[in-house]
Amino acid sequence: MKKLLTVSILGVAMAAGTAQARDYDHVRFGVDVPYEPMEYRDADGELTGFDIDLGNALCAEIGVTCEWIEQEWDGIIPGLLARNYDAIMSSMSINEERRQTVLFSDPYITIPGAWFAPEGSEIEEISEETLADKSIGVQRGTTFDSYVTDNYSGVARISRYSTADDMVLDLQSQRLDIVFLEYIVGQATLLDAREGQFEVVGEMVTEPEEYFGEGFGIAFRQRDEALAERFNEALATLKEDGTYDEIYQRYFGEE
Amino acid sequence: MPDITLWFQELLAGNVIFTPTTLGYYWDGLVTTVQLVFLSLVAGLVLAVPLAIGRSSRHRWISLPIYLYTYVFRGTPLLIQLYIIYYGVVFFDGIQETFLWPILREAFYPALIAFTLNTAAYTTEIFRGAIKATPRGEIEAARAYGMSSGLMMRRIILPSAFRRALPAYGNEVIFMLHASAIASVVTLMDLTGAARFVYARFYAPFEAFLFVAAIYLCLTFAILYLFRWLEKRLLAHLRPQN
Repeated sequence: MKKLLTVSILGVAMAAGTAQARDYDHVRFGVDVPYEPMEYRDADGELTGFDIDLGNALCAEIGVTCEWIEQEWDGIIPGLLARNYDAIMSSMSINEERRQTVLFSDPYITIPGAWFAPEGSEIEEISEETLADKSIGVQRGTTFDSYVTDNYSGVARISRYSTADDMVLDLQSQRLDIVFLEYIVGQATLLDAREGQFEVVGEMVTEPEEYFGEGFGIAFRQRDEALAERFNEALATLKEDGTYDEIYQRYFGEE
Repeated sequence: MPDITLWFQELLAGNVIFTPTTLGYYWDGLVTTVQLVFLSLVAGLVLAVPLAIGRSSRHRWISLPIYLYTYVFRGTPLLIQLYIIYYGVVFFDGIQETFLWPILREAFYPALIAFTLNTAAYTTEIFRGAIKATPRGEIEAARAYGMSSGLMMRRIILPSAFRRALPAYGNEVIFMLHASAIASVVTLMDLTGAARFVYARFYAPFEAFLFVAAIYLCLTFAILYLFRWLEKRLLAHLRPQN
C-alpha cells in the first residue's frame, strides 16, 4: 500500500513536472522590497531599482511579459519552489548552498559587502577583538547572516531582521553598534539618505567565495533550464548593445 | 532503551539540518521562550489581582480607567503593541540618555513589557468575571458574620474566585505561550526565531517548523497537565462525591 502510494505520488509529480516544463510567455519574478537601490518603491510607490529595470529589459529582449511579486527574503526560495513565481531576481548571491535547491543564471552584477556604523563609532576596524560584545545587525537568511554567524557569533551578539528597514531603524536608535550588508544598499540607505550620520568601517568584503559567491544571479527552479538559458543569452545581448551599461549608470553613476 | 537510541541515531544519520549547532539554537530559543512567557505571566498575574478588584469596584473613577486599559490591550493585536513598544520608544528624543535605555535597548525587555501588559489585561477580565460570579449566599454569610469588606475580599471572595477562574486562566497561559511566537519579529531568538533562522539558512521549512511545533506541543502538554492537577486539588469540592 505504502509502495503504491509512493509510486502514484511520484507519477503525479512527474506528470506535473512535464506539464510545467513549458515555454514561458509570462514570467513572474519574486522580489524582496525594499533593498535600495536594487529594488525599492519610488516616491510615487512605483516598483523600481536596478534588478527591476534589468529584469524588465531582459523580459523585453526575450519577448515575454513579466510581473513582480513581493516576497519577504527568508521565504523567497521556498516561494519559488512552491511556484508562487517562476524566478527570483532580488540581489541573490550565487553560492553552493543555494545551488542545491535552485538553478542560477550567469551572474549579472558583483557587489561587495561592507560594515556600517554610526559616525564616530569606537569600532575602527573589524576583528574579533573590536567586535567583542557588540551588537551586529544582519538580514536573516542572507549570505551576510551566514558570514557573520560563522565568524563572530562567539564574541558578538547578532540580531537578525526580516527587512533592511527595521535594521537601519535599530542602528539609528543605537540598539545596534554595527550592521553588515551589501555596500550599495548601505550606501543608498545609510550614507546618502542620512548624510553625515554613518560611515563605512574597514574594508569591503568580497571573500571568501563560500559566502559571497560569484555575484548576483537570477534563480530558477532546477528544471527550467531552457528558461535560464534564454535569460543568459538575453543578458549577453544587453551587455553588448549598451542597455546594461545604461541601466547600471542609472543606479550607480560613473564607472 | 538501546532500541530507541539506535532508532534515534538512524533518524539523525545523514541529516544536515539538526546538527549540534542548530539544536543549540533551538535550546537557546526554548530557554528564551520559557523565560519570557513565565516572567510575563507572573508579572501579569501580580498586576491583574489588584486591577480585577478595582475593576469590580462600585466607584466609577476606579473601575473606568481599568476598563479603558483592558479595552485597549484586548482590542489591539499583541503584534502591534510589541511594535509600538519596541520601535515606538526610539522616536522619543534623547531616550538613549535616560536610565530606561539599558532596558529598552535589548529586545527582551520591550517584549516582556508588551506581553505582561497584554496578559495582565486578559487576566484582569478573567478574574473580574470570577469575582462578579461569587454566589450571593457566600457574601451574605460573610456579612452576617460581621466581616469588613477587606476581610471578606481576602477570606471569601478571592479564594473562591481564583478557583472559579482556574480553567479560564489555564487557557490564557496556553494562549500566552503561543502568542510569544511573535517575539522573533523584534530580533529575539525565541523558539520561533530559532526555527526561522534554521528555515532561512537551510531553506527547509518543513523540518524547521515541524520540529518547533513539536516543542510547543510538549510545552502545552506540560501546562495542561499542571492545570489539570491544580483543578483536581483546588476544585475537589465541586466534584460529585462517590
